[in-house]
Amino acid sequence: MQGSFAKHAHSMGSLGIKSRVVRTPEDLKLIDALILPGGESTTMTLLLENEGLWDPLNEAMDNMPVFGTCAGAILLGQQIDDKRVRCFCKIDYSAERNAYGRQIESFTTTLVIPKIIDHDFHAIFIRAPKFKNLTRDVKSLAVYGSEPVLLRQGNVLVASFHPELTDDPAIHKYFVDEVVLKPR
Amino acid sequence: MTKNLFEVKTGLAEMLKGGVIMDVTTPQEAIIAEKAGAVSVMALERIPADIRKDGGIARASDPKMIKEIQKAVSIPVMAKCRIGHFAEAQILEALEVDYIDESEVLTPADEANHIWKHDFKTPFVCGATNLAEALRRIGEGAALIRTKGEPGTGNIVEAVRHMRTINMEISRLATLRGDELMAAAKEMGAPFHLVTQVAETGKLPVPNFSAGGIATPADASLMLQLGAETIFVGSGIFKSENPSAMAKAIVQAATFFNQPDKLAEISYGLGSAMRGLDMSEIAPEERMQDRGW
Repeated sequence: MQGSFAKHAHSMGSLGIKSRVVRTPEDLKLIDALILPGGESTTMTLLLENEGLWDPLNEAMDNMPVFGTCAGAILLGQQIDDKRVRCFCKIDYSAERNAYGRQIESFTTTLVIPKIIDHDFHAIFIRAPKFKNLTRDVKSLAVYGSEPVLLRQGNVLVASFHPELTDDPAIHKYFVDEVVLKPR
Repeated sequence: MTKNLFEVKTGLAEMLKGGVIMDVTTPQEAIIAEKAGAVSVMALERIPADIRKDGGIARASDPKMIKEIQKAVSIPVMAKCRIGHFAEAQILEALEVDYIDESEVLTPADEANHIWKHDFKTPFVCGATNLAEALRRIGEGAALIRTKGEPGTGNIVEAVRHMRTINMEISRLATLRGDELMAAAKEMGAPFHLVTQVAETGKLPVPNFSAGGIATPADASLMLQLGAETIFVGSGIFKSENPSAMAKAIVQAATFFNQPDKLAEISYGLGSAMRGLDMSEIAPEERMQDRGW
């Protein structure tokens, strides 16, 4: 509905995978997996609710692999300390919005993502969230300091940073090869 | 960990894509904007239509007002400084605004030099009327470009002119041979490395948004169909008959900008848009778009 969807489409395109924008419940019937992009989680909540897309999306995600980045990851969590944002409860953590601070605190760093990517990953964090109160079912795939930043639970993958903003599609490739093609 | 990198600055602009950034003057207006689905708000003391009407010198806003708006909403908060007024920009950075708009809506402070924006950690957005102007601003460190349009008029004609001009000039550069690019850069008065980059990629090196005169969902659709990636709405919302409904409608229009049936539904019974000004009603010396170069 809003945010970095074109960048995600570009990342998927570089892997030879077609994507389309979902704006109506009918669009959901045409896809095999879903990405919730970065953007503003308040705006996304309102647009999804006002357009009657919230419930169809919620249902569709129970039978479909999902990848969420930043705002998308916030929406996928269990709960949030902010009434302006609603959650789909697809992965067991509570998200803390803008947890590193305002834009002036946004940063880039190099992440080591063992077993998944054989090279260091250049990660861009923009007004990023933190993930708190993880249950045992949530697997942390990468950390920044002590903060988990790339997580998987079943067929849901989330990142607090923006792999779609780099030219390296390694995390998108992991989503396709290991989450979409080998569902749990 | 590194900060202040260009990709972090443009990265935030990427997150605002497909959204609407609204001018607000009070925390109450900021809350209306956020509830309507704005992706960001621009905090300023008077909206452009009132600046135009009131005259006098328009300066950066009171930090108190900016802080109150930052407290009221969770979305990014932008604020304007005068063209060339780097001290105002330093103050806005100290306030941790998320984006600084070096804006022709305020009275320029320096007629020769714009701010050297590379010195700041906070990203900048700047207005442009053509490609050369856009590339000069990017050369100085702007992470986001917007059309200038003619602020505070509710008249879309200038934003359209600027967007079409930028698009046409990008297309033209892309047709040139490599050995013609230095002459093109000289003629344009734009940084050579950015001219070659545009010629190679066929697009601006930073996101390209639109501002200046957007007053209806159809205006939003027009600018997005012309290639704007996000829109700024200034006076168009809080000078309309029903700001809350207009704000919500323009947000929806930004999502469904290329679906006319949906736009018809969105535009239905919205009440009147802001009254607006024809360009012939504005004396040449009062045109804000001619501020900066």
